[in-house]
Amino acid sequence: MESILFWVFSIAAIGGALGMVGTLRNTVYSALWLVVSMLALACLFIMLNAQFVGLIQIMVYAGAIVVLFLFVVMLLNLTGGVMGAEEQPLLKFVGVALAVAVSLQLGSILLRIELPWPEVSPEYGTTAEIGRALYTDYLLPFEVAGVLLLAAIVAALAMAKRERG
Amino acid sequence: MSEYAGLGLFMALGAGTILLLLVLTSVLGPRLRFAEKDEPFECGESPLVSPYRRFPVKFYMVAISFIIFDLEVVFLYPWAVVFRDLGWYGLLVAAPFLSMLSIALAYEWMKGALEWD
Amino acid sequence: MDVALVAKTLFIFAVIMLVFAPLMTWVERKQSALMQDRIGANRADIFGITAIGLIHPVADVIKMITKEDVIPAGAHRLLHTLCPLIAAVPAAISFAVIPYGGSYSAWGAHWSLVVADLDYGLLYVFAIGSIAAYGTVLAGWASNSNWGMLGSLRASAQMLSYEVAMGVSVLGIFMVFGSLRMTDIGVGQQETFRLLGFLEHLGWVAPGTRWVDWVTIPAWGIVLQPLGFFMFLAALMAENKRPPFDTPEGESEIVAGYFIEYSGMKFGLFFMAEWIEVVVIAGLMTALFLGGWSLPWISDQELIGWLSVPFGPNLANLLAMVVNVSVFFVKLCFMIWVQQILRWSLPRFRYDQVMHLGWKILLPLSLVNILVTAILILLVDELAS
Repeated sequence: MESILFWVFSIAAIGGALGMVGTLRNTVYSALWLVVSMLALACLFIMLNAQFVGLIQIMVYAGAIVVLFLFVVMLLNLTGGVMGAEEQPLLKFVGVALAVAVSLQLGSILLRIELPWPEVSPEYGTTAEIGRALYTDYLLPFEVAGVLLLAAIVAALAMAKRERG
Repeated sequence: MSEYAGLGLFMALGAGTILLLLVLTSVLGPRLRFAEKDEPFECGESPLVSPYRRFPVKFYMVAISFIIFDLEVVFLYPWAVVFRDLGWYGLLVAAPFLSMLSIALAYEWMKGALEWD
Repeated sequence: MDVALVAKTLFIFAVIMLVFAPLMTWVERKQSALMQDRIGANRADIFGITAIGLIHPVADVIKMITKEDVIPAGAHRLLHTLCPLIAAVPAAISFAVIPYGGSYSAWGAHWSLVVADLDYGLLYVFAIGSIAAYGTVLAGWASNSNWGMLGSLRASAQMLSYEVAMGVSVLGIFMVFGSLRMTDIGVGQQETFRLLGFLEHLGWVAPGTRWVDWVTIPAWGIVLQPLGFFMFLAALMAENKRPPFDTPEGESEIVAGYFIEYSGMKFGLFFMAEWIEVVVIAGLMTALFLGGWSLPWISDQELIGWLSVPFGPNLANLLAMVVNVSVFFVKLCFMIWVQQILRWSLPRFRYDQVMHLGWKILLPLSLVNILVTAILILLVDELAS
């Protein structure tokens, strides 16, 4: 049962990603495919006992970040066509470089995996466990994240809001 | 994982019912199409402008503030759950985070990003 | 999948989708009729029997299903059809985490009356709700209509704003009960606390004074988080986009907003989503703030204990279940009534007022609420230890 579900969600995640690339001509559909992919990923997280992370995947990525993408699409009315990579050689180069870097990273992780997987307790991914870890061992990254979010607000305001006058 | 069996059943039932209603209406409904009926509603006129235009940037500001605050709230859920166990230490470590949240809100307020005019 | 799981899932699904959802159309009309001094829906009949208008929901469904589904020219046909689905399905499946009864055991079987007792409980409703936003945001966009687009824009900004307020205003409840799990919160609310107990701690009365124990108050969410109750209710109602927060529909300004180009059951599904959400909101408020399935001052163990004396443990569990489920639905109906009263008494807010309420009142107030709650919890825990 669990392996069937794994395959279903994996195929949905990859299918969503492919659908996203395939519908680039219409960016709104593209964003919706991204939501499908995110939802499938969230299900995979939940299957791994990382329940809270899975939920956050839905709330933040599917529910918030893709909404922002949609807003940008609708805001600029980008639905007509794609911004061609051929017109922007630098973008093309950065894109390829990033893709290669991510692939290498993923490959190195796959090589380092030790099977079988370590057994984790069912409590491992619960909200309370995450809270305990986050507020003791990972306190510094947590506070830094707070500063980062504040910086993001300031930056967004600086870009979007001109002084009156 | 047993709780997800019920959840799956509930989701299947909900989605199935809604889908059934959608299919029923498209099967049972009549189909009488002509150009005037197919026109989008515009108070009896033919639409003058396309709805696909650029829209004000303040909607984008709402979306970006939403993301930032949503992320901060997400960090606070685990904190709220373990708050009693952490005690005064919990309040102490969350104080910088909460004050940054408040500063962000105050800054937006001061800059007029929350005004809707 | 065992029988108890299927039974409790089917039961709550049938109650929400086949009883409450259709009934809400009737409640909506009758409430407005009562408040506007009219007689209201009473015409639909079967062989002359009108049953105070209760036939109307059936007539509504038949009417909507047999209407033509018009998709305007230039619309995105697939998305236009998908949007009601995206809006209605999340509403229909939200109730899965709300417990409508405690846990019972009889004749060797053991069951608890919640479809899915998830560790992240309420966050499931939030996550599902954030998906539902796509249905309204894209509905106007997909219909190639100016009014629809305006409605969608308003809806999206409003829903996003109140999602923040919703999340922050309920944090106090999680802090008090130390859990996101809805059943934990339900059980936590069965406790009582002594209103005058602080006198003993401060040493103003001698320990063991009898009358200090007399005044006890159930530890319901509304007692421990009174501000949270009102803020969460306001945020949820704004999230549901019903009056007084119905600026995305605003029929006097933007005709019907995001579902202007919808007809037949596709139009009906948007309304169905709203009505089911009214029930879900009532369920959430009941489970989080009004003590859930329990009677005030009486915990599940006490109830089962008392009923065991005349009826024996097995029957006592069943009876307690009936009592608890009834109590839950009575509270649920009360919260639906509260929402309906608000819906028919308040005029629609202006859009800037809606945004003002979300960002400048609810959000700062709930931040203050968190801080005050945190300090109070720590002080009380200090006193108690």
